[in-house]
Amino acid sequence: MNEVKCECGHINPQGTILCESCGRVLEDKEKEKQLVDMRYEGSARRSQTYNKTIIDKIWNFFSSVKVGVWLIIILLVASSLGTIFPQEMYIPPVMPAWEYYEEQYGWLGKLYYDLGFHNLYSSWWYLLLIAALGISLVIASLDRVVPLYRSLKNQRVSRHESFLKRQRMFSTSDAVLTDEAVGKIKENLTKKRYKLREENGDILAEKNRFSRWGPYVNHLGLIIFLIGGMLRFVPGMYVDEILWLREGETKAIPGTEGRYYLENNQFIFEVYDKDKDEEVFQDAINKAGTVVKNYQTDATLYQRQGEIVPGEKPELEKIRDQAIQVNKPLKIDGFALYQVDYKLDEMSKMAFKLENKETGDQFGDVTVDLYDPEMKYDLGKGYKVEVMSYFPDFEFNEDGEPATKSRIPNNPAFIFKMFTPENTEGEVSFVAIRQNLEPLGENDYKMTFAGIETKNVTALTVRKDHTLWIIGLGGLIFMIGVIQGAYWNHRRVWLRRINNQVWTAAHTNKNWHGLKRELEDVFSDSGIAAPEDQVAEEKKE
Amino acid sequence: MVELSSNFLFAAFILYLVGILFFGGAIKDKRHADKKNTPNKWAKIGLVVTIVGFLSQLTFFILRWIASGHAPVSNLFEFTTFFGMSLVGAFIVIYFMYKTPLLGLFTLPVAALIIAYGSMFPREVTPLIPALQSYWLHIHVTTTAIGQAILAISFAAGLIYLVRSVDQTKKTKSTLWLEVVLFGLISTLGFVFVSSFFAATDYSANFNYINKDGQPATEEYTIPALVGPHQFELTDKDRFEPLFETPAIISAKKLNTVIWSLAAGIVLYVLLRAILRKRVAAALQPWTKNINMDLVDEIGYRSVLIGFPVFTLGGLIFAMIWAQIAWTRFWGWDPKEVWALITWLFYAAFLHLRLSKGWHGEKSAWLAVIGFIIIMFNLVAVNLVIAGLHSYAGS
Repeated sequence: MNEVKCECGHINPQGTILCESCGRVLEDKEKEKQLVDMRYEGSARRSQTYNKTIIDKIWNFFSSVKVGVWLIIILLVASSLGTIFPQEMYIPPVMPAWEYYEEQYGWLGKLYYDLGFHNLYSSWWYLLLIAALGISLVIASLDRVVPLYRSLKNQRVSRHESFLKRQRMFSTSDAVLTDEAVGKIKENLTKKRYKLREENGDILAEKNRFSRWGPYVNHLGLIIFLIGGMLRFVPGMYVDEILWLREGETKAIPGTEGRYYLENNQFIFEVYDKDKDEEVFQDAINKAGTVVKNYQTDATLYQRQGEIVPGEKPELEKIRDQAIQVNKPLKIDGFALYQVDYKLDEMSKMAFKLENKETGDQFGDVTVDLYDPEMKYDLGKGYKVEVMSYFPDFEFNEDGEPATKSRIPNNPAFIFKMFTPENTEGEVSFVAIRQNLEPLGENDYKMTFAGIETKNVTALTVRKDHTLWIIGLGGLIFMIGVIQGAYWNHRRVWLRRINNQVWTAAHTNKNWHGLKRELEDVFSDSGIAAPEDQVAEEKKE
Repeated sequence: MVELSSNFLFAAFILYLVGILFFGGAIKDKRHADKKNTPNKWAKIGLVVTIVGFLSQLTFFILRWIASGHAPVSNLFEFTTFFGMSLVGAFIVIYFMYKTPLLGLFTLPVAALIIAYGSMFPREVTPLIPALQSYWLHIHVTTTAIGQAILAISFAAGLIYLVRSVDQTKKTKSTLWLEVVLFGLISTLGFVFVSSFFAATDYSANFNYINKDGQPATEEYTIPALVGPHQFELTDKDRFEPLFETPAIISAKKLNTVIWSLAAGIVLYVLLRAILRKRVAAALQPWTKNINMDLVDEIGYRSVLIGFPVFTLGGLIFAMIWAQIAWTRFWGWDPKEVWALITWLFYAAFLHLRLSKGWHGEKSAWLAVIGFIIIMFNLVAVNLVIAGLHSYAGS
């Protein structure tokens, strides 16, 4: 690599604008300027030095703040587009998505769907934008932080005249620097928490240099956050399952490979009651009608003992009872179970009586477990009922045949065969809710509906997310970086004796107003002029 | 206790208005114009009045918290008034740093307007639905509101800067857009006037209509319906008959409110123009003539620098932690979440443009104004128009 040797003897990397050590202006272009550009201390940034190979060009593209800001703006606008209509995950799953968008929002909705905006945030181009921003974060940071670090580390106390007079805050005084005045200034600077370095009677006072690293720390945090987000797609890092559990039911928790089981003892659904709950809520309850107070699953958690033996009932050991509520998930071994949905009063049992249609005499009860029905019911004295077919969620299919939509007993229907002393061959009866058909001809007997039992069902999301700690770490580092950069300012004050004059200059990375006020205090009563704002002077003229 | 607390809110509101007068007096008082950096008597009284107002609103907040058993930030009225209070709080802190009465003259009206706006929404103490029953409600919502309030200070500073710097001797894009921004504030005032007037007269008109699912539904209007719902039928007698009907997909009631607010805004604006005989910004300009432009620019920038980390913490990080607990995932692309991200991206762009591209002064001031518009959009439009998981029980 080519190097640039400054007159002061310091060897700078190629592309350096201001000597890292003495601050002398090395680039001709910069010499013409009245004030030097102090943004990155005039250090040699790769992006400003090389532009030949394709790698240089890519590097320069992504290291540009202009490109970064454009990426942010494009991402911002793109994100807003996704909120015009709801995303697909938030629409009711009653019909195909394309149909829903067109029906609800007309041709605009259709366009929205056709452009893929219904799944905007997982579209390839949106992810590409985020990736580009991530690359920009890395390259732009590296391009700046390394040379900036070098510059600040190599800076000398006595900076060159050309450096001092090109600082925004600068002044000269035709005064002799007495020991008393120096002592006073030094004391004031120390009081303001500056760290002092001295060389040949010149002074460099500096504070809060760490604030300069804030932007790079927060960018690092963002990178870690984005990496955490990417890891979600690595198998085993992320589990997202749903567990529907009826009252009284025990099931293996999905995702735990059969290690943990959960029993639903009871599902509780409560609404605010204007008579029982605090009086202060009365008006709001009257107005809203129903306000939900609580969704809760009283659950028992079990752990399986021993190995899994196919076909055998697992041996379960109880771990604990816990009420799972919204905001209070059950946690076990990296898994969390959240209360997310419910269904009240799902039919669980249906009772019938076998009845003689003519006399009305009844012959015993048949109670069918709708989840797991028994197929034969012997009522004694020659009376028997058989379940020929069971449709938990009954419908007529496309061919007009009875069928079931699902295994959930939303609309149970049965084909019974009734055996009686009169009809030992059996009579066939089709029974559904409010329906009683006799498909094979007139019967002597019928199945009379005698009541139902219901149960509540709870739905729990089972979540394991091993990326959380990485994402949390990224967030923490981001916060540290952003606070470090925002709440402190890196300030330096230079004091040099040059030809019977005293030169002062000062720099801050931001908040010039605060620096000015500080300098007024530091130099007051010292006989030395505080550095003055050359930018403000210019404006006045 | 709720009623008592409301009195404190009302007192605070009046005190803020009084504070505006004193800060205005502080600017107009020529006797101390030569003494820099020392606020005059008017400014000192203005500050004391503002602080008393702030304490009064804080009392409202605490009493209401005690009465309801949860931090009063759970519906649109509560959140918006809290946001207004945070804005006043942020102003007080910034005032102690920079001692500029002019900032009070611009911040307090905005805060008062926000509080008045929030008070137009249902003020009942609402019980918490299960998703809100968490201490994260207090932490997340208050931090976010405080962050947004600090960011909003940059809007006030930006507005001062623009009023001062935009050349009012000729008609330009800048003068036009500045009037648009001021018109936005005036329309909010219009909304407050219209809502208060018809609330005082107990106006109520009931409609039967067909909703977007094709089902019959009812709607009560509390201001006269210029636009009625889809296939409406007015069920009250002697009520204003709507001039138009909306398609089912549009909420006619909200559209009606927007139309009324804009109409009232136009009336107020035209009146102002007729009285002032110049642009509203031009009329404000003399008030800003003694201000140090660099200082105002610095205040705007500073408030973004201070507010950005606070907003990130409350609006994104705390939000994600709570979302993970309540909704099983820390991020779900809910509209409110997306708009918090947009706000964050916007201010990130603001900081990059300022730090690296040297966008100071007028450019920076315009950005601060846009940032505030985004914040208000997230507060108003996302709650009322784009319904999502965050939609409060507003109306």
